Amino acid sequence: MKILLQIGIVFLICLVGEWISAVLPFAFPGSVIAMILLFLLLLFKVLKVEHIEEKASFVLNNMAFFFIPAGVGVMEYFDILGAYLVPFLVICVVSTILTFAVTAWTVIGVMRLQEHIAKRKGQRNGKVD
Amino acid sequence: MEKWIDTFTSTPLFGITLSIFVYAFFVWLQKKLHSPLLNPLMWTVAAVIAILLLFHIPLENYQKGGDIIGMFLAPATAVLAVSIYNQLATLKKNLIPVVVGCFAGAVTSIGSVIVMSKLFGLDKAMQDALTPKSVTTPIAMAVSEQLGGIVPITVAAVVVTGIIGCVAAPLMIRVFFVKEPVAAGVAIGACSHALGTTKAIELSETHGAMSGIAIGLSGIMTVLICLFL
Repeated sequence: MKILLQIGIVFLICLVGEWISAVLPFAFPGSVIAMILLFLLLLFKVLKVEHIEEKASFVLNNMAFFFIPAGVGVMEYFDILGAYLVPFLVICVVSTILTFAVTAWTVIGVMRLQEHIAKRKGQRNGKVD
Repeated sequence: MEKWIDTFTSTPLFGITLSIFVYAFFVWLQKKLHSPLLNPLMWTVAAVIAILLLFHIPLENYQKGGDIIGMFLAPATAVLAVSIYNQLATLKKNLIPVVVGCFAGAVTSIGSVIVMSKLFGLDKAMQDALTPKSVTTPIAMAVSEQLGGIVPITVAAVVVTGIIGCVAAPLMIRVFFVKEPVAAGVAIGACSHALGTTKAIELSETHGAMSGIAIGLSGIMTVLICLFL
Protein backbone atom coordinates (compact mmCIF):
# COMPACT_ATOMS: atom_id res chain seq x y z
CA MET A 1 0.00 0.00 0.00
CA LYS A 2 2.85 2.35 0.88
CA ILE A 3 4.49 1.96 -2.54
CA LEU A 4 1.13 2.22 -4.29
CA LEU A 5 0.56 5.55 -2.57
CA GLN A 6 4.04 6.74 -3.53
CA ILE A 7 3.35 5.85 -7.17
CA GLY A 8 0.10 7.80 -6.84
CA ILE A 9 1.88 10.89 -5.52
CA VAL A 10 4.48 10.88 -8.32
CA PHE A 11 1.85 10.22 -11.02
CA LEU A 12 -0.30 13.05 -9.66
CA ILE A 13 2.64 15.47 -9.91
CA CYS A 14 3.31 14.26 -13.47
CA LEU A 15 -0.36 14.72 -14.36
CA VAL A 16 -0.28 18.32 -13.09
CA GLY A 17 2.96 18.78 -15.08
CA GLU A 18 1.21 17.60 -18.25
CA TRP A 19 -1.69 19.97 -17.59
CA ILE A 20 0.63 22.95 -17.11
CA SER A 21 2.56 21.93 -20.26
CA ALA A 22 -0.72 21.83 -22.23
CA VAL A 23 -1.70 25.40 -21.31
CA LEU A 24 1.78 26.95 -21.71
CA PRO A 25 2.04 29.13 -24.84
CA PHE A 26 5.44 27.55 -25.76
CA ALA A 27 6.63 23.94 -25.93
CA PHE A 28 8.07 22.71 -22.66
CA PRO A 29 7.83 19.06 -21.60
CA GLY A 30 5.45 18.09 -18.81
CA SER A 31 8.05 15.74 -17.36
CA VAL A 32 10.53 18.57 -16.76
CA ILE A 33 7.74 20.72 -15.27
CA ALA A 34 6.89 17.79 -12.97
CA MET A 35 10.56 17.61 -11.97
CA ILE A 36 10.54 21.32 -11.07
CA LEU A 37 7.22 20.92 -9.19
CA LEU A 38 8.48 17.95 -7.18
CA PHE A 39 11.69 19.83 -6.40
CA LEU A 40 9.69 22.83 -5.11
CA LEU A 41 7.42 20.56 -3.03
CA LEU A 42 10.51 19.04 -1.41
CA LEU A 43 12.17 22.43 -0.97
CA PHE A 44 9.15 23.93 0.80
CA LYS A 45 8.74 20.75 2.89
CA VAL A 46 5.24 20.00 1.54
CA LEU A 47 6.60 16.55 0.73
CA LYS A 48 9.37 14.69 2.50
CA VAL A 49 11.85 12.50 0.65
CA GLU A 50 10.57 9.54 2.74
CA HIS A 51 7.14 10.01 1.14
CA ILE A 52 8.42 8.89 -2.24
CA GLU A 53 11.76 7.26 -1.46
CA GLU A 54 11.00 3.66 -2.51
CA LYS A 55 9.27 4.68 -5.72
CA ALA A 56 12.04 7.14 -6.56
CA SER A 57 14.85 4.66 -6.06
CA PHE A 58 12.96 1.97 -8.00
CA VAL A 59 12.52 4.26 -11.00
CA LEU A 60 16.04 5.77 -10.81
CA ASN A 61 17.72 2.37 -10.50
CA ASN A 62 15.89 1.06 -13.56
CA MET A 63 15.77 4.25 -15.59
CA ALA A 64 17.48 2.89 -18.72
CA PHE A 65 14.79 0.22 -19.01
CA PHE A 66 12.07 2.81 -19.67
CA PHE A 67 13.91 4.07 -22.77
CA ILE A 68 13.86 0.71 -24.57
CA PRO A 69 10.59 1.32 -26.51
CA ALA A 70 11.82 4.76 -27.66
CA GLY A 71 15.00 3.14 -28.97
CA VAL A 72 13.11 0.31 -30.69
CA GLY A 73 10.83 2.94 -32.26
CA VAL A 74 13.79 4.23 -34.31
CA MET A 75 13.35 1.17 -36.59
CA GLU A 76 10.27 2.87 -37.99
CA TYR A 77 12.58 5.46 -39.60
CA PHE A 78 15.18 3.04 -40.95
CA ASP A 79 14.25 3.77 -44.59
CA ILE A 80 14.49 7.58 -44.18
CA LEU A 81 17.72 7.23 -42.21
CA GLY A 82 19.23 4.77 -44.69
CA ALA A 83 19.90 7.50 -47.26
CA TYR A 84 21.65 9.72 -44.70
CA LEU A 85 23.22 7.06 -42.50
CA VAL A 86 26.86 8.20 -42.65
CA PRO A 87 26.33 11.96 -42.11
CA PHE A 88 23.66 11.17 -39.51
CA LEU A 89 25.96 8.96 -37.43
CA VAL A 90 29.04 11.18 -37.86
CA ILE A 91 27.09 14.28 -36.78
CA CYS A 92 25.56 12.48 -33.77
CA VAL A 93 28.89 11.06 -32.54
CA VAL A 94 31.10 14.14 -33.14
CA SER A 95 28.62 16.69 -31.80
CA THR A 96 27.93 14.59 -28.67
CA ILE A 97 31.66 14.29 -27.87
CA LEU A 98 32.28 18.02 -28.55
CA THR A 99 29.31 19.03 -26.40
CA PHE A 100 30.51 16.81 -23.56
CA ALA A 101 34.05 18.22 -23.64
CA VAL A 102 33.05 21.88 -23.94
CA THR A 103 30.40 21.62 -21.20
CA ALA A 104 32.65 19.75 -18.77
CA TRP A 105 35.57 22.13 -19.21
CA THR A 106 33.39 25.24 -19.07
CA VAL A 107 32.02 24.04 -15.71
CA ILE A 108 35.55 23.31 -14.45
CA GLY A 109 36.84 26.65 -15.79
CA VAL A 110 34.10 28.71 -14.14
CA MET A 111 34.55 26.76 -10.87
CA ARG A 112 38.29 27.59 -10.88
CA LEU A 113 37.56 31.22 -11.72
CA GLN A 114 35.15 31.39 -8.77
CA GLU A 115 37.73 29.86 -6.44
CA HIS A 116 40.34 32.30 -7.73
CA ILE A 117 38.06 35.32 -7.14
CA ALA A 118 37.14 34.04 -3.68
CA LYS A 119 40.83 33.60 -2.82
CA ARG A 120 41.75 37.10 -3.99
CA LYS A 121 38.85 38.57 -2.04
CA GLY A 122 40.06 36.66 1.01
CA GLN A 123 43.61 37.99 0.57
CA ARG A 124 42.46 41.57 0.09
CA ASN A 125 40.21 41.38 3.16
CA GLY A 126 43.17 39.92 5.03
CA LYS A 127 45.35 42.94 4.15
CA VAL A 128 42.64 45.45 5.11
CA ASP A 129 42.23 43.79 8.45
CA MET B 1 2.39 -18.69 -39.30
CA GLU B 2 2.11 -14.89 -39.68
CA LYS B 3 -1.40 -15.03 -38.25
CA TRP B 4 -0.25 -17.02 -35.21
CA ILE B 5 2.57 -14.60 -34.53
CA ASP B 6 0.16 -11.70 -34.75
CA THR B 7 -2.28 -13.38 -32.32
CA PHE B 8 0.46 -14.20 -29.82
CA THR B 9 2.03 -10.75 -29.90
CA SER B 10 -0.94 -8.42 -30.04
CA THR B 11 -1.28 -8.14 -26.25
CA PRO B 12 0.58 -5.41 -24.30
CA LEU B 13 2.03 -8.19 -22.15
CA PHE B 14 4.19 -9.29 -25.11
CA GLY B 15 6.18 -6.06 -25.45
CA ILE B 16 6.62 -5.69 -21.69
CA THR B 17 7.70 -9.31 -21.13
CA LEU B 18 10.10 -9.29 -24.08
CA SER B 19 11.68 -6.00 -22.92
CA ILE B 20 12.11 -7.19 -19.32
CA PHE B 21 13.76 -10.51 -20.16
CA VAL B 22 16.05 -9.20 -22.91
CA TYR B 23 17.09 -6.28 -20.66
CA ALA B 24 17.62 -8.59 -17.67
CA PHE B 25 19.83 -10.81 -19.82
CA PHE B 26 22.08 -7.91 -20.91
CA VAL B 27 22.26 -6.49 -17.36
CA TRP B 28 23.40 -9.96 -16.22
CA LEU B 29 25.90 -10.18 -19.10
CA GLN B 30 27.36 -6.77 -18.30
CA LYS B 31 27.77 -7.69 -14.61
CA LYS B 32 29.53 -10.86 -15.70
CA LEU B 33 31.89 -9.30 -18.28
CA HIS B 34 32.25 -5.67 -17.02
CA SER B 35 32.62 -4.13 -20.47
CA PRO B 36 31.39 -0.56 -21.12
CA LEU B 37 30.62 -1.66 -24.68
CA LEU B 38 28.01 -4.05 -23.27
CA ASN B 39 25.65 -1.20 -22.44
CA PRO B 40 22.41 -3.10 -21.61
CA LEU B 41 20.14 -0.42 -23.11
CA MET B 42 21.91 -0.32 -26.48
CA TRP B 43 22.04 -4.11 -26.82
CA THR B 44 18.46 -4.60 -25.65
CA VAL B 45 17.25 -2.14 -28.31
CA ALA B 46 19.33 -3.91 -30.97
CA ALA B 47 18.18 -7.37 -29.84
CA VAL B 48 14.49 -6.41 -29.69
CA ILE B 49 14.68 -4.88 -33.19
CA ALA B 50 16.40 -8.05 -34.46
CA ILE B 51 13.73 -10.27 -32.86
CA LEU B 52 10.89 -8.19 -34.34
CA LEU B 53 12.46 -8.30 -37.83
CA LEU B 54 13.36 -11.99 -37.63
CA PHE B 55 9.89 -13.17 -36.62
CA HIS B 56 8.04 -10.57 -38.72
CA ILE B 57 6.37 -9.17 -35.59
CA PRO B 58 4.71 -5.81 -36.37
CA LEU B 59 6.23 -2.88 -34.47
CA GLU B 60 2.68 -1.81 -33.48
CA ASN B 61 2.28 -5.07 -31.57
CA TYR B 62 5.50 -4.52 -29.65
CA GLN B 63 4.59 -0.90 -28.95
CA LYS B 64 1.30 -1.91 -27.27
CA GLY B 65 3.50 -2.94 -24.36
CA GLY B 66 6.19 -0.41 -25.24
CA ASP B 67 3.79 2.49 -24.78
CA ILE B 68 3.08 1.33 -21.23
CA ILE B 69 6.82 1.16 -20.44
CA GLY B 70 7.32 4.55 -22.11
CA MET B 71 4.63 6.02 -19.86
CA PHE B 72 7.10 5.69 -16.97
CA LEU B 73 9.54 8.09 -18.66
CA ALA B 74 7.74 11.13 -17.22
CA PRO B 75 7.77 9.87 -13.59
CA ALA B 76 11.39 8.76 -14.11
CA THR B 77 12.37 12.28 -15.13
CA ALA B 78 10.28 13.82 -12.33
CA VAL B 79 11.90 11.80 -9.53
CA LEU B 80 15.30 13.17 -10.54
CA ALA B 81 14.06 16.04 -8.35
CA VAL B 82 14.77 13.79 -5.34
CA SER B 83 18.44 13.46 -6.39
CA ILE B 84 18.67 17.20 -7.03
CA TYR B 85 17.11 17.92 -3.62
CA ASN B 86 19.58 15.56 -1.93
CA GLN B 87 22.41 17.43 -3.69
CA LEU B 88 21.08 20.89 -2.87
CA ALA B 89 24.27 22.07 -1.14
CA THR B 90 26.42 21.07 -4.15
CA LEU B 91 24.02 22.82 -6.51
CA LYS B 92 23.96 26.04 -4.48
CA LYS B 93 27.73 26.15 -4.38
CA ASN B 94 28.07 25.55 -8.14
CA LEU B 95 25.03 27.31 -9.57
CA ILE B 96 26.94 29.71 -11.84
CA PRO B 97 29.32 27.07 -13.31
CA VAL B 98 26.35 24.77 -13.96
CA VAL B 99 24.30 27.43 -15.77
CA VAL B 100 27.26 28.74 -17.81
CA GLY B 101 28.26 25.15 -18.65
CA CYS B 102 24.78 24.32 -19.95
CA PHE B 103 24.78 27.44 -22.11
CA ALA B 104 28.21 26.60 -23.57
CA GLY B 105 27.00 23.03 -24.17
CA ALA B 106 23.85 24.12 -26.00
CA VAL B 107 25.83 26.52 -28.22
CA THR B 108 28.40 23.81 -29.01
CA SER B 109 25.77 21.21 -29.81
CA ILE B 110 23.76 23.48 -32.11
CA GLY B 111 26.85 25.08 -33.68
CA SER B 112 28.60 21.79 -34.41
CA VAL B 113 25.47 20.29 -35.99
CA ILE B 114 25.02 23.30 -38.28
CA VAL B 115 28.70 23.36 -39.33
CA MET B 116 28.79 19.60 -40.03
CA SER B 117 25.47 19.68 -41.90
CA LYS B 118 26.93 22.35 -44.19
CA LEU B 119 30.09 20.26 -44.67
CA PHE B 120 28.02 17.21 -45.63
CA GLY B 121 25.80 19.36 -47.86
CA LEU B 122 22.61 18.25 -46.09
CA ASP B 123 19.41 20.02 -47.03
CA LYS B 124 17.85 22.53 -44.65
CA ALA B 125 15.05 20.23 -43.39
CA MET B 126 17.64 17.60 -42.41
CA GLN B 127 19.89 20.17 -40.73
CA ASP B 128 16.94 21.61 -38.77
CA ALA B 129 15.92 18.11 -37.72
CA LEU B 130 19.37 17.43 -36.24
CA THR B 131 19.90 20.86 -34.63
CA PRO B 132 18.08 20.14 -31.31
CA LYS B 133 19.33 16.54 -31.05
CA SER B 134 21.07 16.89 -27.66
CA VAL B 135 17.98 17.81 -25.66
CA THR B 136 15.13 15.74 -24.27
CA THR B 137 12.62 14.39 -26.85
CA PRO B 138 9.59 16.66 -26.23
CA ILE B 139 11.68 19.86 -26.41
CA ALA B 140 13.68 18.58 -29.41
CA MET B 141 10.48 17.73 -31.31
CA ALA B 142 8.99 21.16 -30.66
CA VAL B 143 12.18 22.99 -31.69
CA SER B 144 12.57 20.87 -34.83
CA GLU B 145 8.99 21.53 -35.86
CA GLN B 146 9.39 25.24 -35.28
CA LEU B 147 12.57 25.36 -37.40
CA GLY B 148 10.95 23.31 -40.17
CA GLY B 149 12.84 20.04 -39.64
CA ILE B 150 11.71 16.43 -40.30
CA VAL B 151 10.40 15.48 -36.83
CA PRO B 152 10.86 11.65 -37.03
CA ILE B 153 14.54 12.24 -37.91
CA THR B 154 14.79 14.42 -34.79
CA VAL B 155 13.33 11.65 -32.62
CA ALA B 156 15.81 9.14 -34.08
CA ALA B 157 18.73 11.58 -33.62
CA VAL B 158 17.74 12.28 -29.98
CA VAL B 159 17.63 8.56 -29.16
CA VAL B 160 20.87 7.74 -31.00
CA THR B 161 22.62 10.70 -29.33
CA GLY B 162 21.33 9.55 -25.94
CA ILE B 163 22.63 6.04 -26.47
CA ILE B 164 26.04 7.38 -27.60
CA GLY B 165 26.24 9.54 -24.45
CA CYS B 166 25.16 6.63 -22.27
CA VAL B 167 27.72 4.23 -23.73
CA ALA B 168 30.59 6.72 -24.09
CA ALA B 169 30.19 8.73 -20.84
CA PRO B 170 32.67 6.73 -18.71
CA LEU B 171 35.20 6.80 -21.56
CA MET B 172 34.76 10.55 -22.23
CA ILE B 173 35.23 11.29 -18.51
CA ARG B 174 38.63 9.57 -18.68
CA VAL B 175 39.73 10.90 -22.09
CA PHE B 176 38.95 14.54 -21.21
CA PHE B 177 40.27 14.26 -17.61
CA VAL B 178 37.00 15.32 -16.00
CA LYS B 179 37.71 14.52 -12.36
CA GLU B 180 35.05 16.87 -10.98
CA PRO B 181 31.72 14.95 -10.56
CA VAL B 182 29.71 18.17 -10.96
CA ALA B 183 31.33 18.93 -14.34
CA ALA B 184 30.97 15.35 -15.56
CA GLY B 185 27.30 15.18 -14.52
CA VAL B 186 26.39 18.48 -16.18
CA ALA B 187 28.27 17.47 -19.35
CA ILE B 188 26.47 14.13 -19.57
CA GLY B 189 23.05 15.78 -19.21
CA ALA B 190 23.94 18.56 -21.66
CA CYS B 191 25.19 16.25 -24.41
CA SER B 192 22.82 13.31 -24.04
CA HIS B 193 19.74 14.36 -21.99
CA ALA B 194 17.77 11.82 -19.90
CA LEU B 195 19.20 8.79 -21.68
CA GLY B 196 22.76 9.76 -20.76
CA THR B 197 21.50 10.59 -17.27
CA THR B 198 20.70 6.89 -16.75
CA LYS B 199 24.49 6.35 -16.88
CA ALA B 200 25.19 9.38 -14.67
CA ILE B 201 22.90 7.93 -11.97
CA GLU B 202 24.99 4.75 -11.97
CA LEU B 203 28.21 6.76 -11.46
CA SER B 204 27.09 8.60 -8.28
CA GLU B 205 24.21 10.64 -6.87
CA THR B 206 26.10 13.88 -7.60
CA HIS B 207 26.60 12.87 -11.25
CA GLY B 208 22.92 11.91 -11.52
CA ALA B 209 21.57 15.07 -9.90
CA MET B 210 23.76 17.41 -11.97
CA SER B 211 22.88 15.54 -15.16
CA GLY B 212 19.20 15.88 -14.25
CA ILE B 213 19.54 19.65 -13.80
CA ALA B 214 21.37 19.88 -17.13
CA ILE B 215 18.44 18.19 -18.95
CA GLY B 216 16.12 21.03 -17.99
CA LEU B 217 18.65 23.88 -18.32
CA SER B 218 20.04 22.74 -21.71
CA GLY B 219 16.48 22.31 -22.96
CA ILE B 220 15.60 25.89 -22.02
CA MET B 221 18.86 27.27 -23.50
CA THR B 222 18.30 25.34 -26.76
CA VAL B 223 14.75 26.70 -27.12
CA LEU B 224 16.05 30.24 -26.56
CA ILE B 225 19.03 29.94 -28.94
CA CYS B 226 16.89 28.41 -31.68
CA LEU B 227 14.55 31.41 -31.53
CA PHE B 228 17.41 33.37 -33.13
CA LEU B 229 18.19 30.84 -35.90
